[in-house]
Amino acid sequence: MNEPIIELKDVSKSYDDNLVIDHVNLTIKKGEFVTFLGPSGCGKTTTLRMIAGFDMPTSGQILLNGKDISYLAPNKRPVNTVFQRYALFPHLNIFENIAFGLKCKKVLNTYRNDHGEEYTKREKLTKKEIREKVSRALTLVDLEGFEKRSVSTLSGGQQQRVAIARAIVNEPEILLLDEPLGALDLKMRKEMQIELKAMHKRLGITFIYVTHDQEEALTMSDTIVVMSDGVVQQIGTPTDIYNEPANTFVADFIGESNIFNGTVVGKRKVKFCGKTFDCVDDFELNEPVDVVVRPEDIDMCAPEQGILKGTVISVVFKGIHYEITVKVGKYEVVINSTESRKEGEAIGMNVSPDEIHLMKPKYTTNVFEGVITKRNTVEFADGEFECDVTALYPGSHIDEEDYLITATGERIDLTGTEVKIEVGLGDIEISDDAEAGGTTGHIISIIYKGDHYRLIVRTEESEEDFVFMTNDLWNENDFVSVIIPKEKIKLSLKNTEEKKR
Amino acid sequence: MKAPRFSRKTLCIPYAVFLLFFVLVPMAVIFVYAFTDADMHFSFWNFINFFSDPTKIFTVIYSVVIALVTTVITLLIAYPTAYILARSKIKKRNVLLLLFVTPMWINFVLRINAIRELLNWIGLLGTANYFNTIFGMVYDFLPFMILPLYTTIQKIDESLYEASADLGGNRLTTFFRVTVPLSMPGIGSGITMVFLPSMTNYVVSDMLGNSKVTIIGKFIETYFGTDWHMGSMIALILLIVVFFSAWLSGGFKADETARGANL
Repeated sequence: MNEPIIELKDVSKSYDDNLVIDHVNLTIKKGEFVTFLGPSGCGKTTTLRMIAGFDMPTSGQILLNGKDISYLAPNKRPVNTVFQRYALFPHLNIFENIAFGLKCKKVLNTYRNDHGEEYTKREKLTKKEIREKVSRALTLVDLEGFEKRSVSTLSGGQQQRVAIARAIVNEPEILLLDEPLGALDLKMRKEMQIELKAMHKRLGITFIYVTHDQEEALTMSDTIVVMSDGVVQQIGTPTDIYNEPANTFVADFIGESNIFNGTVVGKRKVKFCGKTFDCVDDFELNEPVDVVVRPEDIDMCAPEQGILKGTVISVVFKGIHYEITVKVGKYEVVINSTESRKEGEAIGMNVSPDEIHLMKPKYTTNVFEGVITKRNTVEFADGEFECDVTALYPGSHIDEEDYLITATGERIDLTGTEVKIEVGLGDIEISDDAEAGGTTGHIISIIYKGDHYRLIVRTEESEEDFVFMTNDLWNENDFVSVIIPKEKIKLSLKNTEEKKR
Repeated sequence: MKAPRFSRKTLCIPYAVFLLFFVLVPMAVIFVYAFTDADMHFSFWNFINFFSDPTKIFTVIYSVVIALVTTVITLLIAYPTAYILARSKIKKRNVLLLLFVTPMWINFVLRINAIRELLNWIGLLGTANYFNTIFGMVYDFLPFMILPLYTTIQKIDESLYEASADLGGNRLTTFFRVTVPLSMPGIGSGITMVFLPSMTNYVVSDMLGNSKVTIIGKFIETYFGTDWHMGSMIALILLIVVFFSAWLSGGFKADETARGANL
């Protein structure tokens, strides 16, 4: 149970210079139910396809039971896949579909010759063996007697079961499932989740499951691998991932979260929403941190008893709980509780120290590399921005011919100079007027932080990210232009050593 | 007052008229001619004469053999071509496909003449009549085989190949147990489009076979110069042969498995 079956070592994968998997390291243990979880395009399916053998890693190694299988053909791997849209063979009936793998297989049979000596022979399975195995697989997925039916007469759920039977009949060491429940309706999906989990217990083999549905992942898995942008964000048990998210992405993607900007103000003391709280995480004094509090971890009390005091601004009934939004000064706090409150009511709130999760902010500043143009502007991230080039050389100024005169009187043509650009998280604005800013891109991420939003805008061509804070509400995928005031662009000469390399 | 009723069916009238005068009437005429003698009296003589004349029967069998050989060779060349074209990941594969199909757009007689000159130049014209005939036909009908094959192979879902590999199938298994069965509709219509014309296209056999190769089409043409009744009988027999072979290659199936490759 505890020995590793699959190991990914520093695996990267790119398509035409586009890096989709970025140095992934991962160990999966024998018999585990592992889920790759993440939004679409995060690289989870590509990772699965590399384990199946449909895609080859650009660099790094994939080990199966300690052996390198990175470039082994899919038909040579003891791994079977349940495809997203099932991929059943339309020209074969259910029996032939399930028997497909068995007919390709050869097994070692032991015989005794006339002299009583044993010898082995690689042979195909007999028709009788195949028939028995197929019927056992059909029983396992509750489709007894479906042998003669054609694929097109089956419902989505039944096709799904055939796809599972077709994979497990080969007794693989690992079963890969690529969003297998995506095409089913909600009720069917819930049933299949339970059945798959039961099947995993009964078969005892390793399951690797890909999904973008966090609830599915939490319900079924032993281990969850949260991925985003081709990078593993966190690996852990469902409880760990939910209770101790490693960063704001995980906190935001799995479950609901209140995310605030906080500062460490003492030993195990953090300040956010204008108040100081006790917490259990140790960080450096005065370090800026992201604070994550789950809505169900906030306790409501009388106004005078709470550290935080606020006014209820909305109450929504969600079936099992009420979602209560409270205005605390300029911050908004969301609480999930089985108790209801009235709109306009003043309440107090407390959070116990172990429910306050501190994490190092992933982004503290934006750093780009760019080139100075002949107009003394700077080009980076698919765009051109006005900047103050005199900052590169202290005491310098620009003459009438756009040359830079240094403090010692040296005349420099800056055109083509490679520079490093730094822009603070608070110094970027966006506009829906594509002409207004220096470059354009799409909003790829929005995280609400109590009193402001943290946005990431990614440019189209070079896929550079601009991370910044804003008070305005935008939508994901909005096409916007990025505006940076001239004085907020901090330039520095690119490391000369780096240039030599 | 009642508005004049104009049903969509009215639009079919021109087609019905066309069908009547250019399909049904000529068929009836052929049928009548086939079963009459020179004085237009009913007679089985043409029928009996055809089946008691070894030359005539031999010509039919001969045509079928030439058509069969042509079809098999065309299929053997077209399948790998279509397979590679359909499954290649190159962006310009439409251009490549076009290269194989453009000869169809050049005048047929011109193409055959060009081949004739070519064969003459390398000294084969008049010496290898059968080879030349089949060569010309294969050249002529190749695009008709490639196109339907290309369409069906291209439509096969990539994940089915992956599923086959995943289940332990090597390239050969995948080809014979997934690609070929799923491209059967294309094979069927390709065969129909090559086999039938190559039985009757006597222009190729005349020009490349140095008029030494007589196929059934040539036969009919000759008879219509002298004996319309015998000519009609042969045309009728050919019709039955064609009908039978179309039925054999599944050309009448109209179900979804044909996937657009049917005619």
